[in-house]
Amino acid sequence: MFDLIVSKYNYWIYITLMMIGFYAMVGKKNLIKKVIGMNIFQTAIILFFISTASKKGGTLPIIEHAHGHEEHAMQVASYINPLPHVLMLTAIVVMVSTLGVALAILIVIYRKYHTLEEDEILRFNK
Amino acid sequence: MLQAPVLIVVIPLMFTFVALIFGLWKKGLCYPIVLIALSLSFLATLQTLNIVITTGTIHYHLGNWSPPWGIEYVVDYLNAFVLPVISFVAIMVAIYSKKSIEKELPDKVVYFYCIFLLQVTGFLGIVVTGDMFNLYVFLEIASLSGYALITMGEDGAPIASFNYLIFGTIGACFYLLGVGYLYAATGSLNMGDLAKLLPNLYGSKVILVGFSFFMVGLALKMALFPLHVWLPDAYTHAPSSVSALLAPLMTKVGAYVLIRVTYTVFKPYFSIEILPATTILSWIAAAAIIFGAAMALAQTDLKRMLTYILVSEVGYLALGIGLGNRNGLTGAILHILNDAFMMLALFMVVGAIIYRYGGRRISQLRYLHKKMPFTMAVFVVAALSVIGIPPTCGFFSKWYLLLGAINAHGWVFVAVLLVSSLLNAILFFRVIENVYLEPHDGDIVENHDMVVSIEEAPLTMLVPILITGAGILSLGVLSGKIISTIIQFAIPAGF
Repeated sequence: MFDLIVSKYNYWIYITLMMIGFYAMVGKKNLIKKVIGMNIFQTAIILFFISTASKKGGTLPIIEHAHGHEEHAMQVASYINPLPHVLMLTAIVVMVSTLGVALAILIVIYRKYHTLEEDEILRFNK
Repeated sequence: MLQAPVLIVVIPLMFTFVALIFGLWKKGLCYPIVLIALSLSFLATLQTLNIVITTGTIHYHLGNWSPPWGIEYVVDYLNAFVLPVISFVAIMVAIYSKKSIEKELPDKVVYFYCIFLLQVTGFLGIVVTGDMFNLYVFLEIASLSGYALITMGEDGAPIASFNYLIFGTIGACFYLLGVGYLYAATGSLNMGDLAKLLPNLYGSKVILVGFSFFMVGLALKMALFPLHVWLPDAYTHAPSSVSALLAPLMTKVGAYVLIRVTYTVFKPYFSIEILPATTILSWIAAAAIIFGAAMALAQTDLKRMLTYILVSEVGYLALGIGLGNRNGLTGAILHILNDAFMMLALFMVVGAIIYRYGGRRISQLRYLHKKMPFTMAVFVVAALSVIGIPPTCGFFSKWYLLLGAINAHGWVFVAVLLVSSLLNAILFFRVIENVYLEPHDGDIVENHDMVVSIEEAPLTMLVPILITGAGILSLGVLSGKIISTIIQFAIPAGF
């Protein structure tokens, strides 16, 4: 059991971070805290993708800097998989936009209610 | 026109910027530009459908990168069928939006139309793509524009939109995690490629977890009970044109992705036999149908009642997918078309009522049939269709769902479908009674002498409403032909 946690620690960190973010999104009353939770949640996913790509002792996926680039054209097994990194670049763009939209909505809410506490806003709406 | 599949997405995307530039220069130019963009895109979808019917599935390689590496647009019968529906609904709402946007959002017309085009781009992109990650990006384009559009609405809209954003982000992130799990196990993101690689790995726990993430994420996006909580608030408070765009499309697009993931990316025998996913899905769907109809009964606000009916309609789609047989899937795919038309008609009618009278409580609607005869006639047609009365299109999809439930020996589902029809009848006759019938003798009769003059909705609103109403009737008559030419080939292989 202990071995399982230590050897796959990156995945355990991703799960823990994701649950922290999830708790903040669902459990917190302050809307800014929900947005922060959302960010932690998304960052955990980035961590997951990046750690699926990494290899112990792997090199850059660039031909000139690879191990033994003089002798062999390529050694696929020793490369770090570049594709998840690229996917995450796109995902980061999506996440930044989500954050932007969320903060813009919060500005609208704050102008209307002068508070960002969910229960106070709900009381105001009744 | 070999470029048709990509033009479907590129045209609205590029015209977003055209509309922004010309709109900032002259506000009035936005509306015609949006109409031109959507009409061109609609023509491209029709062309694509035509190519698919004559020559079969289209594979379009973006930038000429071949599939497992590059992004591929795959159009087979299923998405060739869904694309024109989305385009058509978007055009109708665009025509309809002119007056209601001028009244509800006078100073945001330009931004509204830009985000409107982006929203349609997102929907079309989700349907046309054959790449899992590309689908995620389009899903987020559609959702982000949806949040922005909903925030423009009335008083409660920003907070409803924020809740939608939180739930929508959880849904999208779960979908992304599912993609990650499949990628970690197979090393591919292409749907066709995944469908080939996955069967050898069906025992793997990574695949099972990935599949569960897809299910939960998509259920959140399509507002399947009990994950529908964001939907009623968001769609009630959104501007009329926005609810008329989002209500018919977002849930249908979600249903389409669900069919793709459960039956194309994963083989039907995986979703049906290896995991009991479809069984769980049909039970949840049955709960959604009953819950949506019951909650709709409790509403006094017409628009809010419709949002709960939408929750119940999502249940029908999920039930058709969950039954996992030919008739059930035919029903679900046909219901994507029919329900888009029904919800479009209902939400446009409510928008027209709000535009003319400001109120939308069911009790305020008395004598409306004399003031807005055409609008209310379309409302009645759409209501009959939701209930499932024969000449209208709603009957046919329900009929196939019912046949599917009988084929699957799911007698509970048969009962649920019949009970929900009854509940829908009660729901709509409550409204129709309020609108059409004279009040009882004991009621206040002071309105009796009032001169009731016809104050129909303005022409730009009335025309799309009438077209949609006529569509509901003619789709019902044509449904046999639609099934025999398109839908029977759209059902995924393995049934």
